[in-house]
Formats: sequence, C-alpha cells, structure tokens
Amino acid sequence: MTPARKRRLVMVSALVAGVGLATTLALRAFQENMLYFYSPTEFVQNGVPEERTIRVGGLVADGSVRRAAGSMTIEFEVTDHAYTVPVTYTGVLPDLFREGQGVVARGRIGENGMFMAENIMAKHDENYMPPEVAQALHAGKMRAIERAREGFPDDAGSNGTAVSDSGYAGGY
Amino acid sequence: MWLWFHKLGSPPHFYRTAGRLIPWFAIPAALLLVAGTLGGLVIAPADYEQGDGFRIIYVHVPSAYLAMFGYVAMAIAAAVGLIWRMKLAFAFAAACAPVGAAFTFLCLATGSLWGKPMWGVWWDWDGRMTSMLVLLFLYLGVIALRGAFDDAAKGDRAAALLAIVGVVNIPIIKFSVDWWNTLHQPATLSKLSAPSMTMDMLGWLLVMIVGHMLFFAAVVTLRLRGEVLLRERGARWIRGVDGRA
Repeated sequence: MTPARKRRLVMVSALVAGVGLATTLALRAFQENMLYFYSPTEFVQNGVPEERTIRVGGLVADGSVRRAAGSMTIEFEVTDHAYTVPVTYTGVLPDLFREGQGVVARGRIGENGMFMAENIMAKHDENYMPPEVAQALHAGKMRAIERAREGFPDDAGSNGTAVSDSGYAGGY
Repeated sequence: MWLWFHKLGSPPHFYRTAGRLIPWFAIPAALLLVAGTLGGLVIAPADYEQGDGFRIIYVHVPSAYLAMFGYVAMAIAAAVGLIWRMKLAFAFAAACAPVGAAFTFLCLATGSLWGKPMWGVWWDWDGRMTSMLVLLFLYLGVIALRGAFDDAAKGDRAAALLAIVGVVNIPIIKFSVDWWNTLHQPATLSKLSAPSMTMDMLGWLLVMIVGHMLFFAAVVTLRLRGEVLLRERGARWIRGVDGRA
C-alpha cells in the first residue's frame, strides 16, 4: 500500500471511530432526555414533569377498563406489574387496545392525579403466527399452569412460553 | 484476485460484465417478487393479533433491510473511492444512493400505513422512526452534496465523507428498539435467535427479502452502467457502445 493510501485509510478509520465515539457519548449524555415514554415505575417513583406533555407506556391492567355510559370517555390503568398509573381518555381507541395489551398514552397529569391522555397508541409485539397456533400455545400454557398447580412444578413454563398472554414483549 | 479487481475497475470491462449480469439479477428478482407477493398476500395465514393487516410486513421489512444494506454498501464504496481513488467505487456510491433513498421512503411509507390501523397513529417520534427518517435525510444529503459541486471529482469526495460519517446511524436504527422505549416492536428476525414467526409466514418473507435484494442488485447495476457512461463520456471505448453490449 502506498503511503498516500495508507494515510487516507487511517484518516477514514479515524473519522468513523471519532464520529462513532462522539455519537455514543452524546446519546449517553442525552439518555434522560431521549425518553420516548415513562414506565409506571418511573412515573410513580421518580415523578414526571407536570405542565408538560409526556408519554406513559405499559400494559392495560386486567379488569381496569371502565367506560362511561353514553360517552366516548374511558378510564383504565397502565401497569408494569410493579406500579400503576390511572389514565382517562376521550376519543377513538386503536383496534388493538384491550386489557393485557401494550399501550402508550400521550398527555399530561391532571389535577386529580389522573393522567389525561390526548392520544392512545397500542403496542404490539414482534411475534407473528396464525390464530390456530396462538390458541394451541395458549392452551398448552394453561395446561402447564394447571399441572404446576397440581404439583408438577417442573412442567411449568416448559410449554408454550414463546407467547406471553399479555401479547407484549419488552419495551420498558 | 488483484488482477480481477483491476479488471473490474476498468470501465469498458466493467460495462460489458455488468450488462451480462443484469438479466441474472432481474429475472430471478421478478420470479421471486411475484411468487412472494402471491405467497404473502394469499397463501400465508392471517396473524392471530393483526389479521390481514400484518401482510404489509412483506414489503415493509425487505425495504427496511435494503434501505440499511444500501447505505452500508454505499458508505463502503465511498471509503474505497476515497482511499484508493477508485473511480468505479464513486460511481457505485452515486448509483446506490437514489435506490437506497427510494427503499427508505418505501419503508417509512409502508410503516406509516401499518402504524395507523395497529398503533393508532401514522407517525410518532420514537427512536426507530426518527432514526429511519434521519437515514432518508442522509441519503438525500449525499445526493444533494454530490450535485452541489461543478467539479464531479470534488462532489464525489465530499459526498463520500458524508456517506461515511452517516454510517453511525445504522447501528442506531438497528438497536433503537433495544436501547430505548419505542412504539415500534423489537426485531422479529435476528441472526442469534429463532425468528418469532411461524414457518408458513416466514418462508414468504424470506422469498420477498431475496427478491428485493436481487431487484436492488439489478437496478443498481443498471444505474451503475449509466454512471460509467456518463463519467467516461468522450473516452474512446464508448464509441463502440451501441446500447446493446
């Protein structure tokens, strides 16, 4: 390799390394400000900025959805199985919205401590399968839980763990 | 190996070789894309959660893959051009950029169409979407920067630097769904683990990915021949070219 080429190779490598390092440092420094949504734990424990539009993400808690009769208003709780945040929303919900499903709510904290959502987005996970497979996995999982209750702890989780009942994998 | 490399770098030789290669990319690409479209839209089963709506994955994922693959290919060619002053490498980077930009746009557009029914929004500023939008702007920047110079060689070098710098965005796109909270779900396909998709759906997705890759190869090779002609205009060997060679 000629000296000129070698010099240019070193310069291009240094450029990539330098920009990579700078970006890594910048992303780490801005980690706090680059939050797309708060989990309920962060929301409750660390507190969130009031008077500012933020997002809260988690699962719609089972049995928490309450619809007001004769209006489009809905109340539910967003949970990460450690803490919950009560949310209220008026408007059209995405089709995938349901209890146990991942959700991201955008809005701000109201005076009564409720999170007033302006917008509700449903999350879905990265698993794709035909309905029959999903049913079979679900049935398998239920059987495993049954058997675990009856005293075969080794079987629990060995069957059908590829799919979580929540339909929500990771994200916070 | 080096002889082959040098021969490939010679414009007349490359022009002829590329002309012979195009049908080998284009014909299988057409077959796979037709088969994959039928398979994905008709034969593959509907998803348990998203129903038929998930079928847009058969365009969305291949275009996302090629948007990123095209950028890395362009940046590597740009680096080879900068370091070894290889003209053909700059021509390849120039031929790649609009095709990659088109796939990036396709990925964003199909993602948006997918997002509205499933998430409930056309767009939101999460890590995956924002970094993908940055990729589109990088492509457009590279194209514009090359065009902004009257001296083509200077334009090539400036655009090459931008292309190389922009490569940092690629791992950000890839890992955005793991590093941050995002609306977008994590990867379905990954080298290290089993895909989170059943075979009757996955098979057609792989057919579509290979089909898109071959289509990309055919279009870039076609464009690269055009670039070579444009850059070599006035050279003696071109007088023998009648468009069919």
